[in-house]
Amino acid sequence: MTIQEVETQIVDEFAALDDWLDKYDLILDMGKSLPRIDPEFRTDQYIISGCQSKVWLHASYHDGKVYFTADSDAIITKGIISMLIKVLSDRSPEEIQNARLTFIDQIGLKEHLSPTRSNGLASMVKQMKLYAMVFAMKNK
Amino acid sequence: MPFNISDIRADFPILSRTIYKRPLIYFDNAATTQKPVQVIRAISDYYEQENCNIHRGVHYLSVRATEEFEEARMEIREFINAPGTHEVIFTKGASESLNLIASSFGKKYLKAGDEIITTIMEHHSNFVPWQLICEEKGANLRIANILPNGELDLEHLYSLINPKTKLLTLAHVSNVLGTINPIKEIIAFAHQQGVPVLVDGAQGVSHVTVDVSDLDCDFYCFSGHKMYAPMGIGILYGKEKWLEELPPYQSGGEMVKDVSTEKTTFNDLPFKFEAGTPNVEGVMGLRAAVRYMKNLGMDEIKAYEDELLKHATSRLSAIPGLRFFGTSARKASLVSFLVGDIHPFDAGTIIDKMGIAVRTGHHCAQPLIDHFGIPGTVRASFAFYNTKEEIDLLAEAISRVKTMFS
Repeated sequence: MTIQEVETQIVDEFAALDDWLDKYDLILDMGKSLPRIDPEFRTDQYIISGCQSKVWLHASYHDGKVYFTADSDAIITKGIISMLIKVLSDRSPEEIQNARLTFIDQIGLKEHLSPTRSNGLASMVKQMKLYAMVFAMKNK
Repeated sequence: MPFNISDIRADFPILSRTIYKRPLIYFDNAATTQKPVQVIRAISDYYEQENCNIHRGVHYLSVRATEEFEEARMEIREFINAPGTHEVIFTKGASESLNLIASSFGKKYLKAGDEIITTIMEHHSNFVPWQLICEEKGANLRIANILPNGELDLEHLYSLINPKTKLLTLAHVSNVLGTINPIKEIIAFAHQQGVPVLVDGAQGVSHVTVDVSDLDCDFYCFSGHKMYAPMGIGILYGKEKWLEELPPYQSGGEMVKDVSTEKTTFNDLPFKFEAGTPNVEGVMGLRAAVRYMKNLGMDEIKAYEDELLKHATSRLSAIPGLRFFGTSARKASLVSFLVGDIHPFDAGTIIDKMGIAVRTGHHCAQPLIDHFGIPGTVRASFAFYNTKEEIDLLAEAISRVKTMFS
Protein backbone atom coordinates (compact mmCIF):
# COMPACT_ATOMS: atom_id res chain seq x y z
CA MET A 1 0.00 0.00 0.00
CA THR A 2 1.11 3.54 -0.63
CA ILE A 3 1.25 6.14 2.10
CA GLN A 4 -1.91 7.65 0.65
CA GLU A 5 -3.71 4.32 0.80
CA VAL A 6 -2.78 3.74 4.43
CA GLU A 7 -3.91 7.27 5.27
CA THR A 8 -7.25 6.69 3.57
CA GLN A 9 -7.67 3.44 5.46
CA ILE A 10 -7.17 5.24 8.79
CA VAL A 11 -9.52 8.06 7.78
CA ASP A 12 -12.23 5.53 6.88
CA GLU A 13 -11.81 3.74 10.19
CA PHE A 14 -12.43 6.99 12.06
CA ALA A 15 -15.24 8.11 9.75
CA ALA A 16 -17.24 5.07 10.82
CA LEU A 17 -17.37 6.44 14.36
CA ASP A 18 -19.67 9.33 15.30
CA ASP A 19 -18.88 9.87 18.92
CA TRP A 20 -15.54 11.44 19.84
CA LEU A 21 -15.33 9.05 22.81
CA ASP A 22 -15.39 6.10 20.40
CA LYS A 23 -12.69 7.81 18.36
CA TYR A 24 -10.53 8.11 21.43
CA ASP A 25 -11.21 4.48 22.25
CA LEU A 26 -9.88 3.60 18.82
CA ILE A 27 -6.79 5.74 19.43
CA LEU A 28 -6.23 3.96 22.74
CA ASP A 29 -6.51 0.56 21.03
CA MET A 30 -3.99 1.68 18.46
CA GLY A 31 -1.70 2.80 21.28
CA LYS A 32 -1.96 -0.58 22.93
CA SER A 33 -1.12 -2.35 19.66
CA LEU A 34 2.01 -0.27 19.10
CA PRO A 35 4.95 -2.73 18.95
CA ARG A 36 7.23 -2.34 21.95
CA ILE A 37 10.30 -0.23 21.44
CA ASP A 38 13.57 -1.93 22.31
CA PRO A 39 14.30 -0.81 25.92
CA GLU A 40 17.75 0.33 24.86
CA PHE A 41 16.06 3.04 22.75
CA ARG A 42 13.75 4.16 25.55
CA THR A 43 16.50 6.35 26.93
CA ASP A 44 17.23 10.06 27.06
CA GLN A 45 19.28 9.83 23.89
CA TYR A 46 16.15 9.05 21.88
CA ILE A 47 13.74 11.30 23.74
CA ILE A 48 11.71 14.00 22.07
CA SER A 49 10.78 16.29 24.87
CA GLY A 50 7.30 17.74 24.64
CA CYS A 51 6.83 19.23 28.09
CA GLN A 52 3.88 17.08 29.14
CA SER A 53 4.20 13.68 27.55
CA LYS A 54 7.46 12.16 26.44
CA VAL A 55 8.14 10.50 23.11
CA TRP A 56 10.99 8.14 22.33
CA LEU A 57 11.80 7.59 18.66
CA HIS A 58 14.30 5.31 17.00
CA ALA A 59 14.98 4.95 13.28
CA SER A 60 16.97 2.40 11.35
CA TYR A 61 17.70 2.07 7.67
CA HIS A 62 18.19 -1.02 5.58
CA ASP A 63 17.59 -2.06 2.00
CA GLY A 64 16.47 1.42 1.05
CA LYS A 65 13.73 1.62 3.68
CA VAL A 66 13.42 3.50 6.95
CA TYR A 67 12.02 1.66 9.97
CA PHE A 68 10.69 3.51 12.98
CA THR A 69 9.92 2.33 16.48
CA ALA A 70 8.59 4.66 19.12
CA ASP A 71 6.95 4.92 22.50
CA SER A 72 5.34 7.45 24.81
CA ASP A 73 4.43 7.61 28.48
CA ALA A 74 0.92 8.84 27.58
CA ILE A 75 -1.46 6.43 25.85
CA ILE A 76 -3.22 8.95 23.60
CA THR A 77 0.16 10.11 22.36
CA LYS A 78 1.09 6.45 21.83
CA GLY A 79 -2.04 5.91 19.75
CA ILE A 80 -1.17 8.76 17.43
CA ILE A 81 2.43 7.56 17.23
CA SER A 82 1.10 4.17 16.23
CA MET A 83 -0.75 5.74 13.28
CA LEU A 84 2.29 7.75 12.23
CA ILE A 85 4.41 4.62 12.29
CA LYS A 86 1.82 2.66 10.31
CA VAL A 87 1.96 5.40 7.68
CA LEU A 88 5.66 6.24 7.64
CA SER A 89 7.60 3.12 8.66
CA ASP A 90 8.91 0.68 6.07
CA ARG A 91 9.07 3.48 3.45
CA SER A 92 11.79 4.99 1.35
CA PRO A 93 13.32 8.26 2.60
CA GLU A 94 11.76 10.09 -0.36
CA GLU A 95 8.27 8.84 0.45
CA ILE A 96 8.64 9.95 4.05
CA GLN A 97 9.96 13.36 3.11
CA ASN A 98 7.08 13.93 0.71
CA ALA A 99 4.31 12.64 3.01
CA ARG A 100 1.78 15.38 3.76
CA LEU A 101 0.01 13.48 6.52
CA THR A 102 -3.36 15.01 5.82
CA PHE A 103 -5.10 12.15 7.66
CA ILE A 104 -4.36 13.73 11.04
CA ASP A 105 -6.40 16.76 10.08
CA GLN A 106 -9.11 14.66 8.43
CA ILE A 107 -9.74 12.54 11.52
CA GLY A 108 -9.97 15.66 13.66
CA LEU A 109 -6.74 15.25 15.59
CA LYS A 110 -5.00 18.26 14.13
CA GLU A 111 -4.69 19.92 17.52
CA HIS A 112 -2.63 17.00 18.77
CA LEU A 113 0.03 17.77 16.20
CA SER A 114 0.13 21.47 16.94
CA PRO A 115 3.45 22.62 18.38
CA THR A 116 1.52 24.31 21.18
CA ARG A 117 0.04 21.02 22.33
CA SER A 118 3.19 20.18 24.29
CA ASN A 119 2.94 16.44 23.78
CA GLY A 120 6.01 15.93 21.61
CA LEU A 121 4.09 14.83 18.50
CA ALA A 122 4.84 17.85 16.34
CA SER A 123 8.53 17.45 17.09
CA MET A 124 8.22 13.74 16.43
CA VAL A 125 6.99 14.23 12.87
CA LYS A 126 9.78 16.73 12.29
CA GLN A 127 12.29 14.23 13.65
CA MET A 128 10.95 11.40 11.44
CA LYS A 129 11.37 13.57 8.36
CA LEU A 130 14.82 14.61 9.52
CA TYR A 131 15.86 10.95 9.82
CA ALA A 132 14.53 10.35 6.32
CA MET A 133 16.56 13.28 5.01
CA VAL A 134 19.74 12.03 6.67
CA PHE A 135 19.24 8.51 5.31
CA ALA A 136 18.53 9.91 1.85
CA MET A 137 21.79 11.85 1.93
CA LYS A 138 23.73 8.78 3.06
CA ASN A 139 22.16 6.96 0.16
CA LYS A 140 23.58 9.29 -2.43
CA MET B 1 -24.39 39.48 51.90
CA PRO B 2 -25.85 36.15 50.72
CA PHE B 3 -23.82 34.60 47.94
CA ASN B 4 -26.08 34.61 44.91
CA ILE B 5 -24.29 32.32 42.53
CA SER B 6 -26.55 32.87 39.51
CA ASP B 7 -26.15 36.65 39.79
CA ILE B 8 -22.40 36.23 40.07
CA ARG B 9 -22.23 33.90 37.08
CA ALA B 10 -24.26 36.37 35.03
CA ASP B 11 -21.45 38.89 35.56
CA PHE B 12 -18.97 36.62 33.74
CA PRO B 13 -19.93 36.51 30.04
CA ILE B 14 -17.53 33.68 29.14
CA LEU B 15 -19.27 31.30 31.54
CA SER B 16 -22.27 31.12 29.26
CA ARG B 17 -20.36 29.89 26.24
CA THR B 18 -20.15 26.27 25.18
CA ILE B 19 -17.13 24.08 24.46
CA TYR B 20 -17.61 20.99 22.26
CA LYS B 21 -21.35 21.71 22.48
CA ARG B 22 -21.29 21.46 26.28
CA PRO B 23 -21.51 24.35 28.73
CA LEU B 24 -18.02 25.46 29.70
CA ILE B 25 -16.88 24.33 33.11
CA TYR B 26 -13.88 26.43 33.99
CA PHE B 27 -11.59 24.88 36.60
CA ASP B 28 -8.34 26.50 35.53
CA ASN B 29 -8.63 29.50 37.82
CA ALA B 30 -5.17 29.11 39.31
CA ALA B 31 -3.78 29.76 35.82
CA THR B 32 -6.03 32.73 35.21
CA THR B 33 -9.50 33.70 36.36
CA GLN B 34 -12.30 34.87 34.10
CA LYS B 35 -13.29 38.54 34.04
CA PRO B 36 -16.59 40.05 35.13
CA VAL B 37 -18.32 42.63 32.90
CA GLN B 38 -17.42 45.27 35.48
CA VAL B 39 -13.74 44.73 34.66
CA ILE B 40 -14.27 44.47 30.92
CA ARG B 41 -16.33 47.67 31.00
CA ALA B 42 -13.71 49.51 33.04
CA ILE B 43 -11.24 48.88 30.23
CA SER B 44 -13.56 49.88 27.41
CA ASP B 45 -14.80 52.91 29.35
CA TYR B 46 -11.24 54.02 29.84
CA TYR B 47 -10.53 53.89 26.12
CA GLU B 48 -13.87 55.37 25.14
CA GLN B 49 -13.86 58.24 27.61
CA GLU B 50 -10.57 58.83 29.34
CA ASN B 51 -7.61 57.55 27.36
CA CYS B 52 -4.60 59.76 27.80
CA ASN B 53 -1.00 59.41 28.84
CA ILE B 54 -0.81 60.07 32.53
CA HIS B 55 1.41 62.29 34.74
CA ARG B 56 2.86 65.66 33.83
CA GLY B 57 0.13 66.55 31.33
CA VAL B 58 -1.60 69.87 31.90
CA HIS B 59 -4.66 69.27 29.80
CA TYR B 60 -7.97 68.00 31.14
CA LEU B 61 -7.77 64.39 29.99
CA SER B 62 -4.25 63.88 31.27
CA VAL B 63 -5.07 65.32 34.68
CA ARG B 64 -8.23 63.21 34.85
CA ALA B 65 -6.48 59.96 33.81
CA THR B 66 -3.68 60.65 36.29
CA GLU B 67 -6.20 61.14 39.08
CA GLU B 68 -7.97 57.89 38.24
CA PHE B 69 -4.67 56.05 38.05
CA GLU B 70 -3.46 57.33 41.42
CA GLU B 71 -6.85 56.76 43.01
CA ALA B 72 -6.65 53.16 41.85
CA ARG B 73 -3.28 52.87 43.56
CA MET B 74 -4.90 54.09 46.77
CA GLU B 75 -7.70 51.55 46.49
CA ILE B 76 -5.20 48.75 45.98
CA ARG B 77 -3.18 50.01 48.96
CA GLU B 78 -6.34 49.78 51.03
CA PHE B 79 -7.17 46.31 49.64
CA ILE B 80 -3.89 44.85 50.96
CA ASN B 81 -3.67 47.30 53.86
CA ALA B 82 -0.25 48.62 52.91
CA PRO B 83 0.95 51.46 55.16
CA GLY B 84 1.78 53.81 52.28
CA THR B 85 0.42 54.33 48.78
CA HIS B 86 3.99 54.91 47.57
CA GLU B 87 4.81 51.35 48.62
CA VAL B 88 2.45 49.98 45.96
CA ILE B 89 4.29 49.55 42.64
CA PHE B 90 2.53 48.66 39.41
CA THR B 91 4.24 45.90 37.44
CA LYS B 92 3.31 43.54 34.60
CA GLY B 93 2.49 40.78 37.05
CA ALA B 94 3.88 38.66 39.86
CA SER B 95 6.69 37.39 37.61
CA GLU B 96 7.91 40.90 36.92
CA SER B 97 7.58 41.86 40.58
CA LEU B 98 9.72 38.86 41.54
CA ASN B 99 12.26 39.58 38.83
CA LEU B 100 12.43 43.18 39.98
CA ILE B 101 13.27 42.20 43.55
CA ALA B 102 15.66 39.41 42.53
CA SER B 103 17.50 41.85 40.30
CA SER B 104 17.52 44.98 42.46
CA PHE B 105 17.92 43.22 45.81
CA GLY B 106 20.56 40.92 44.34
CA LYS B 107 22.50 43.83 42.87
CA LYS B 108 22.47 45.72 46.14
CA TYR B 109 22.90 43.07 48.82
CA LEU B 110 24.08 39.74 47.41
CA LYS B 111 27.71 38.72 47.37
CA ALA B 112 29.58 35.44 46.96
CA GLY B 113 28.79 32.94 49.70
CA ASP B 114 25.51 34.60 50.71
CA GLU B 115 22.33 32.59 50.79
CA ILE B 116 18.75 33.02 49.63
CA ILE B 117 16.14 30.62 50.96
CA THR B 118 13.17 29.46 48.94
CA THR B 119 11.01 26.33 49.04
CA ILE B 120 10.48 23.26 46.87
CA MET B 121 6.83 24.23 46.27
CA GLU B 122 7.56 27.47 44.40
CA HIS B 123 6.30 28.37 40.96
CA HIS B 124 9.19 28.78 38.50
CA SER B 125 8.76 32.55 38.69
CA ASN B 126 9.81 32.50 42.35
CA PHE B 127 12.57 30.05 41.64
CA VAL B 128 14.36 30.79 38.39
CA PRO B 129 15.04 34.54 39.04
CA TRP B 130 16.75 33.55 42.31
CA GLN B 131 18.67 30.75 40.69
CA LEU B 132 19.96 33.21 38.09
CA ILE B 133 20.92 36.00 40.48
CA CYS B 134 22.58 33.52 42.87
CA GLU B 135 24.59 32.10 39.98
CA GLU B 136 25.60 35.59 38.91
CA LYS B 137 26.68 36.61 42.41
CA GLY B 138 28.17 33.29 43.50
CA ALA B 139 25.49 33.03 46.18
CA ASN B 140 23.67 29.83 47.15
CA LEU B 141 19.99 29.06 46.81
CA ARG B 142 18.79 26.93 49.72
CA ILE B 143 15.54 25.03 49.33
CA ALA B 144 13.14 24.16 52.14
CA ASN B 145 11.38 20.79 51.96
CA ILE B 146 7.75 19.89 52.33
CA LEU B 147 6.01 17.23 54.36
CA PRO B 148 4.12 14.38 52.65
CA ASN B 149 0.80 16.24 53.02
CA GLY B 150 2.16 19.20 51.08
CA GLU B 151 2.78 21.51 54.02
CA LEU B 152 6.10 23.23 54.41
CA ASP B 153 8.55 21.42 56.66
CA LEU B 154 8.95 24.37 59.02
CA GLU B 155 11.64 22.67 61.06
CA HIS B 156 13.73 22.26 57.92
CA LEU B 157 12.94 25.77 56.72
CA TYR B 158 13.99 27.31 60.03
CA SER B 159 17.14 25.22 60.15
CA LEU B 160 18.25 26.78 56.86
CA ILE B 161 18.32 30.30 58.30
CA ASN B 162 21.80 31.37 59.29
CA PRO B 163 23.95 34.53 59.34
CA LYS B 164 24.62 34.16 55.57
CA THR B 165 20.89 34.28 54.75
CA LYS B 166 19.99 37.49 52.94
CA LEU B 167 16.33 36.85 52.10
CA LEU B 168 13.60 34.25 52.45
CA THR B 169 11.20 34.09 49.51
CA LEU B 170 8.15 31.84 49.50
CA ALA B 171 4.64 31.40 48.16
CA HIS B 172 1.63 32.44 50.19
CA VAL B 173 -0.33 29.61 48.55
CA SER B 174 1.10 26.76 46.47
CA ASN B 175 -0.24 26.75 42.91
CA VAL B 176 0.04 22.95 42.71
CA LEU B 177 -0.80 21.77 46.22
CA GLY B 178 -3.11 24.54 47.36
CA THR B 179 -1.31 24.68 50.72
CA ILE B 180 -1.77 28.01 52.48
CA ASN B 181 1.57 28.57 54.16
CA PRO B 182 1.61 29.98 57.71
CA ILE B 183 3.43 33.03 56.43
CA LYS B 184 2.75 35.27 59.42
CA GLU B 185 4.47 32.82 61.74
CA ILE B 186 7.32 32.27 59.24
CA ILE B 187 7.84 36.01 58.78
CA ALA B 188 7.98 36.56 62.54
CA PHE B 189 10.57 33.79 62.92
CA ALA B 190 12.70 35.07 60.02
CA HIS B 191 12.57 38.63 61.35
CA GLN B 192 13.85 37.44 64.74
CA GLN B 193 16.93 36.24 62.85
CA GLY B 194 17.12 39.51 60.95
CA VAL B 195 16.05 37.98 57.61
CA PRO B 196 13.61 39.87 55.38
CA VAL B 197 10.78 37.92 53.73
CA LEU B 198 9.24 38.16 50.27
CA VAL B 199 5.84 36.57 49.75
CA ASP B 200 4.71 35.46 46.29
CA GLY B 201 1.00 36.05 46.65
CA ALA B 202 -0.01 35.15 43.09
CA GLN B 203 -2.29 32.40 44.44
CA GLY B 204 -3.06 34.20 47.68
CA VAL B 205 -4.91 37.44 46.97
CA SER B 206 -7.84 35.90 45.14
CA HIS B 207 -8.63 33.46 47.95
CA VAL B 208 -7.77 35.00 51.31
CA THR B 209 -7.70 38.44 52.89
CA VAL B 210 -4.22 39.86 52.55
CA ASP B 211 -3.09 42.39 55.14
CA VAL B 212 0.57 43.18 54.49
CA SER B 213 0.79 45.36 57.62
CA ASP B 214 -0.42 42.55 59.83
CA LEU B 215 1.78 39.99 58.05
CA ASP B 216 4.71 42.38 58.37
CA CYS B 217 6.17 40.95 55.15
CA ASP B 218 8.93 42.96 53.49
CA PHE B 219 7.59 42.36 49.99
CA TYR B 220 4.35 40.93 48.62
CA CYS B 221 3.73 40.28 44.90
CA PHE B 222 0.69 39.36 42.88
CA SER B 223 -0.83 39.34 39.40
CA GLY B 224 -4.07 40.99 38.39
CA HIS B 225 -5.15 38.27 35.99
CA LYS B 226 -5.39 35.65 38.72
CA MET B 227 -7.82 37.88 40.64
CA TYR B 228 -10.40 38.68 37.93
CA ALA B 229 -8.42 41.62 36.50
CA PRO B 230 -6.78 41.83 33.06
CA MET B 231 -3.49 40.25 32.08
CA GLY B 232 -0.35 42.35 32.09
CA ILE B 233 -0.91 44.18 35.35
CA GLY B 234 0.41 43.22 38.76
CA ILE B 235 1.58 44.60 42.04
CA LEU B 236 4.74 44.73 44.03
CA TYR B 237 4.26 45.88 47.59
CA GLY B 238 7.49 46.65 49.41
CA LYS B 239 8.30 48.30 52.70
CA GLU B 240 9.44 51.85 52.14
CA LYS B 241 12.83 51.29 53.77
CA TRP B 242 13.65 48.58 51.21
CA LEU B 243 12.22 50.32 48.18
CA GLU B 244 14.17 53.48 49.05
CA GLU B 245 17.42 51.54 49.23
CA LEU B 246 16.98 49.30 46.20
CA PRO B 247 18.37 50.49 42.88
CA PRO B 248 15.90 50.91 39.98
CA TYR B 249 15.08 47.84 37.89
CA GLN B 250 14.40 49.42 34.52
CA SER B 251 15.04 52.95 33.37
CA GLY B 252 13.41 55.37 30.99
CA GLY B 253 10.67 57.95 31.25
CA GLU B 254 8.59 58.49 34.37
CA MET B 255 11.16 57.01 36.78
CA VAL B 256 13.58 59.95 36.61
CA LYS B 257 13.73 63.27 38.40
CA ASP B 258 16.45 65.06 36.46
CA VAL B 259 18.41 63.91 33.48
CA SER B 260 21.48 65.70 32.21
CA THR B 261 24.16 64.50 29.88
CA GLU B 262 26.30 63.72 32.93
CA LYS B 263 23.90 62.26 35.45
CA THR B 264 20.38 61.10 36.16
CA THR B 265 18.60 61.33 39.48
CA PHE B 266 15.69 59.06 40.11
CA ASN B 267 12.13 59.88 40.91
CA ASP B 268 10.53 59.24 44.29
CA LEU B 269 8.57 56.12 45.14
CA PRO B 270 6.61 54.55 43.61
CA PHE B 271 7.65 56.08 40.27
CA LYS B 272 11.30 55.06 40.63
CA PHE B 273 10.21 51.52 39.78
CA GLU B 274 7.71 52.40 37.06
CA ALA B 275 9.72 53.18 33.95
CA GLY B 276 7.80 54.07 30.81
CA THR B 277 4.13 54.61 30.14
CA PRO B 278 2.25 52.34 32.53
CA ASN B 279 -0.54 49.91 31.72
CA VAL B 280 -3.33 52.36 32.59
CA GLU B 281 -6.14 50.18 31.20
CA GLY B 282 -4.78 47.31 33.29
CA VAL B 283 -4.83 49.47 36.41
CA MET B 284 -8.44 50.51 35.68
CA GLY B 285 -9.34 46.84 35.25
CA LEU B 286 -7.52 45.88 38.42
CA ARG B 287 -9.36 48.53 40.38
CA ALA B 288 -12.68 47.24 39.06
CA ALA B 289 -11.68 43.70 40.05
CA VAL B 290 -10.72 44.80 43.55
CA ARG B 291 -14.06 46.57 43.90
CA TYR B 292 -15.86 43.48 42.65
CA MET B 293 -14.14 41.23 45.17
CA LYS B 294 -14.63 43.70 48.02
CA ASN B 295 -18.28 43.93 47.16
CA LEU B 296 -18.64 40.15 47.43
CA GLY B 297 -16.54 40.19 50.60
CA MET B 298 -13.26 38.34 50.99
CA ASP B 299 -14.57 36.33 53.96
CA GLU B 300 -17.67 35.35 51.99
CA ILE B 301 -15.50 34.36 49.01
CA LYS B 302 -13.29 32.25 51.27
CA ALA B 303 -16.27 30.57 52.93
CA TYR B 304 -17.90 29.69 49.61
CA GLU B 305 -14.65 28.46 48.04
CA ASP B 306 -13.96 26.34 51.14
CA GLU B 307 -17.35 24.74 50.62
CA LEU B 308 -16.44 23.96 47.01
CA LEU B 309 -13.13 22.48 48.14
CA LYS B 310 -14.86 20.33 50.74
CA HIS B 311 -17.35 19.09 48.17
CA ALA B 312 -14.63 18.37 45.60
CA THR B 313 -12.47 16.55 48.13
CA SER B 314 -15.31 14.33 49.26
CA ARG B 315 -16.66 13.65 45.74
CA LEU B 316 -13.25 12.89 44.28
CA SER B 317 -11.99 10.83 47.24
CA ALA B 318 -14.94 8.55 46.65
CA ILE B 319 -13.43 7.54 43.30
CA PRO B 320 -11.16 4.55 43.96
CA GLY B 321 -7.57 4.97 42.82
CA LEU B 322 -7.41 8.74 42.91
CA ARG B 323 -4.11 10.01 44.30
CA PHE B 324 -4.14 13.50 45.82
CA PHE B 325 -1.16 15.81 46.05
CA GLY B 326 -1.54 18.40 48.78
CA THR B 327 -3.85 17.34 51.59
CA SER B 328 -3.16 20.02 54.17
CA ALA B 329 -6.08 21.14 56.30
CA ARG B 330 -5.15 24.71 55.34
CA LYS B 331 -5.74 24.77 51.60
CA ALA B 332 -6.94 27.17 48.95
CA SER B 333 -9.72 25.93 46.73
CA LEU B 334 -7.92 23.54 44.39
CA VAL B 335 -7.33 19.82 44.00
CA SER B 336 -4.28 18.28 42.37
CA PHE B 337 -4.50 14.58 41.62
CA LEU B 338 -3.65 11.63 39.43
CA VAL B 339 -6.15 9.01 38.32
CA GLY B 340 -4.29 5.81 39.26
CA ASP B 341 -1.30 5.56 36.97
CA ILE B 342 -3.02 7.29 34.06
CA HIS B 343 -0.81 9.97 32.55
CA PRO B 344 -2.13 13.47 33.38
CA PHE B 345 -2.00 14.35 29.69
CA ASP B 346 -4.32 11.42 28.85
CA ALA B 347 -6.70 12.28 31.68
CA GLY B 348 -6.70 15.99 30.79
CA THR B 349 -7.40 15.30 27.11
CA ILE B 350 -10.53 13.32 27.93
CA ILE B 351 -11.72 15.72 30.64
CA ASP B 352 -11.30 18.57 28.13
CA LYS B 353 -13.51 16.71 25.67
CA MET B 354 -16.24 16.83 28.32
CA GLY B 355 -16.09 20.64 28.22
CA ILE B 356 -14.16 20.89 31.49
CA ALA B 357 -11.04 23.04 31.57
CA VAL B 358 -8.48 21.61 33.98
CA ARG B 359 -4.73 22.02 33.81
CA THR B 360 -2.34 19.12 33.47
CA GLY B 361 1.42 18.85 33.66
CA HIS B 362 4.00 20.32 35.98
CA HIS B 363 2.19 23.66 36.52
CA CYS B 364 5.50 25.56 36.21
CA ALA B 365 6.73 23.87 39.36
CA GLN B 366 9.07 21.19 38.03
CA PRO B 367 11.17 20.88 41.22
CA LEU B 368 8.00 20.05 43.13
CA ILE B 369 6.75 17.55 40.54
CA ASP B 370 10.20 15.90 40.51
CA HIS B 371 10.05 15.75 44.30
CA PHE B 372 6.94 13.58 44.00
CA GLY B 373 8.52 11.53 41.18
CA ILE B 374 5.46 11.85 38.93
CA PRO B 375 4.98 13.13 35.35
CA GLY B 376 2.68 15.92 36.55
CA THR B 377 -0.79 16.21 38.01
CA VAL B 378 -4.30 17.09 36.93
CA ARG B 379 -5.32 20.28 38.71
CA ALA B 380 -8.84 21.59 39.16
CA SER B 381 -8.74 25.04 40.72
CA PHE B 382 -11.95 26.74 41.75
CA ALA B 383 -13.26 30.29 41.87
CA PHE B 384 -16.33 31.79 43.51
CA TYR B 385 -18.35 31.41 40.29
CA ASN B 386 -17.96 27.63 40.25
CA THR B 387 -20.67 25.35 41.59
CA LYS B 388 -20.98 21.99 43.29
CA GLU B 389 -22.91 20.74 40.26
CA GLU B 390 -19.89 21.47 38.08
CA ILE B 391 -17.70 19.52 40.49
CA ASP B 392 -20.11 16.58 40.22
CA LEU B 393 -19.62 16.66 36.45
CA LEU B 394 -15.84 16.62 36.97
CA ALA B 395 -16.24 13.52 39.14
CA GLU B 396 -18.24 11.91 36.33
CA ALA B 397 -15.58 12.85 33.78
CA ILE B 398 -12.90 11.29 35.98
CA SER B 399 -14.89 8.07 36.23
CA ARG B 400 -15.11 8.14 32.44
CA VAL B 401 -11.34 8.50 32.22
CA LYS B 402 -10.93 5.53 34.53
CA THR B 403 -13.16 3.34 32.39
CA MET B 404 -11.48 4.38 29.15
CA PHE B 405 -7.95 3.76 30.31
CA SER B 406 -8.51 0.66 32.41
